[in-house]
Amino acid sequence: MLTIKNLHAEIDNKSILKGVDLEVKPGEMHAIMGRNGSGKSTLSNVITGRDNYLITNGNIHLENESIVDWTPEKRSLEGIFMSFQYPVVIPGVNNTYFLKAALNAKRKYLGQKELDAAGFLKVIKEKLNELDMDPKFLQRPVNQGFSGGEKKRNEILQMLTLEPKLAILDETDSGLDIDALKIIAEGVNRYRNSKRSFLVITHYQRLLKYIQPDFIHVLIDGKIVKSGGKELALELEEKGYNWLDS
Amino acid sequence: MSNEQQIIDSNLNKDYEYGFVSDIESDTIPPGLNEEVIRTISKKKEEPQWLLDWRLKAFSLWKKSPEPTWANVKYEKIDYQAISYFSAPKKKVLGSLDEVDPELLATYNKLGIPLEEQKMLSGVAVDAVFDSVSVATTFKEDLKKEGIIFCSFSEAVKKYPDMVRKYLGSVVPHSDNYYATLNSAVFTDGSFVYIPKGVRCPMELSTYFRINEANTGQFERTLIIADEGSHVSYLEGCTAPMRDENQLHAAVVELVAHKNATIKYSTVQNWYPGNPETGAGGIYNFVTKRGICLEENSRISWTQVETGSAVTWKYPSCILKGDNSVGEFYSVAVTNNFQQADTGTKMIHIGKNTKSTIISKGISAGKGQQTYRGEVKIMKGADNARNFSQCDSILIGDKCGAHTFPYIDVRNPSAQMEHEATTSNIGEDQMFYCNQRGISTEDAVSMIVNGFCKDVFKELPMEFAVEATKLMEVSLEGSVG
Repeated sequence: MLTIKNLHAEIDNKSILKGVDLEVKPGEMHAIMGRNGSGKSTLSNVITGRDNYLITNGNIHLENESIVDWTPEKRSLEGIFMSFQYPVVIPGVNNTYFLKAALNAKRKYLGQKELDAAGFLKVIKEKLNELDMDPKFLQRPVNQGFSGGEKKRNEILQMLTLEPKLAILDETDSGLDIDALKIIAEGVNRYRNSKRSFLVITHYQRLLKYIQPDFIHVLIDGKIVKSGGKELALELEEKGYNWLDS
Repeated sequence: MSNEQQIIDSNLNKDYEYGFVSDIESDTIPPGLNEEVIRTISKKKEEPQWLLDWRLKAFSLWKKSPEPTWANVKYEKIDYQAISYFSAPKKKVLGSLDEVDPELLATYNKLGIPLEEQKMLSGVAVDAVFDSVSVATTFKEDLKKEGIIFCSFSEAVKKYPDMVRKYLGSVVPHSDNYYATLNSAVFTDGSFVYIPKGVRCPMELSTYFRINEANTGQFERTLIIADEGSHVSYLEGCTAPMRDENQLHAAVVELVAHKNATIKYSTVQNWYPGNPETGAGGIYNFVTKRGICLEENSRISWTQVETGSAVTWKYPSCILKGDNSVGEFYSVAVTNNFQQADTGTKMIHIGKNTKSTIISKGISAGKGQQTYRGEVKIMKGADNARNFSQCDSILIGDKCGAHTFPYIDVRNPSAQMEHEATTSNIGEDQMFYCNQRGISTEDAVSMIVNGFCKDVFKELPMEFAVEATKLMEVSLEGSVG
């Protein structure tokens, strides 16, 4: 699904990623853990094609196609989704409008018929139920006045709606209370199947109790210094990151 | 067949044979401005002496007045002697849309303007104000039943001279400002509306203006009077075909709201903004719009969506004279490419417990320059006056500008004033968020801008709101990426 080879990237002439290799196969969930400033968020931004991040070496492939020259929207339309660490407020634009525009952009790209308001509502109601969200929520402007938990739930709602092949969950657990965390985890777990891949970026192992990854990688100073199974999370919880510093 | 329809039909048929008015030779006065021209206009329109005198008084003042330079706009000096001050639509009325400039039609289609309206706008059909002569106003019979008068200004001068005489210049005096003075001297036509006591106008009154004749200044005069307890919503929508030379438009709109009356005046303005590459050839829109809440509990509300014109100079204002009267100004203005706009409002609080609201949303893109200029004045006797102002600007790209000049003059200590202002770029984070959801940059800009304008768009009548949203898309086309 996702193949990253020897990835070097910088922002504002500052080198952040210094040779990352990663292979995520269909159906797998990988977690990237590391301290603040280790390059976790840069990795997700580079994969999704955010401006200002410059790839200086290496490559990223999605299903054997290099994506580094693709626009962010093409990457999205091809099936890469990111749940934002800090979801962005868009004043005056209601959630329904935004979600419908996103879903229809994708359907159009895939050559499917765009949904009308009624068709969309049917799709979205179902997803709202899954995440225990109030339909009133659709009428509110995108992320405006949302609590931390609502924002993150909204991200997952978008994921369920857009049905990506590869979902990147960037610090999805931050700002969540335990109930919200459980609901989100259930949503994610239900979404997992043998074709869909995940990259979970997290600081703490808390989320990993509820969403169990197949592999865990530790990112330190722009490089993956250790990889292992889910038991690695517990080890990190116990020992911290210092023992991995070179 | 109604009288109005007969006039339309006869004029339409005449056009091919004889031109629009019987005297084809003189349906456009040669360029130039002097007393004789004004006398000719007045004569052509068969005006009473008092109106000619009023025009001449304005003209003699205008000659002595300097052209104002305080607005934050730059343009080439206007040669007032090169303008023709009267033009009846002698232009051939087209047989079908096939004869219309395809580029113009493409724009109409993008805007989603219905076919009938396209015909009207491009000169195929006739339910519009062409150039300086009003040809038709719609729904006249229905309105008549309610006692509502909705007719061209010239017709009003003939049929309701007392009313015109009483109110003309009562809100915007002939001496008000350079362009209003010019308008007072040379205005040719416009609309007149009177809503009788206690009548709620059953439909939105709508007039389309267009600028049709090259090199013809447009000097419309609109007067709307809402008598005690009446209610009216007036729509003004504008578009203009491509033009090579700058065209001056200096209209005056006067609104008078009596006791318990409400006037809602909505404008969607989409005149030719000039060549996108050079800025050449756009319309100069120097308009004076003002309303007076004459008596208690009256209300005047201005809503405008300004996306066109090369240079805009416009401050729809309210004089809140009656106690408990309410003035509102909701505005969205777009300046893209080389457009410049200096626009805003004035709220003059005179009566007690008067209340005003100002919501201004400015969008600048390309090399557009936009200025919000607003004045809120609380006079001595205006106890417990309240004003809320919110002026937000959004910038798209790094070559445009947004400027805000709020003037506040409070002479009564009981006043409550609130002013909020923001200027922001369309955030890189907002764009990326949309892109990451598969929404193209162009669609994202349109979505973000429409969200930004929502507080104003929701004040527009339904049909305008839809048009306005599309207008934004067309106006901002190609402004990013």
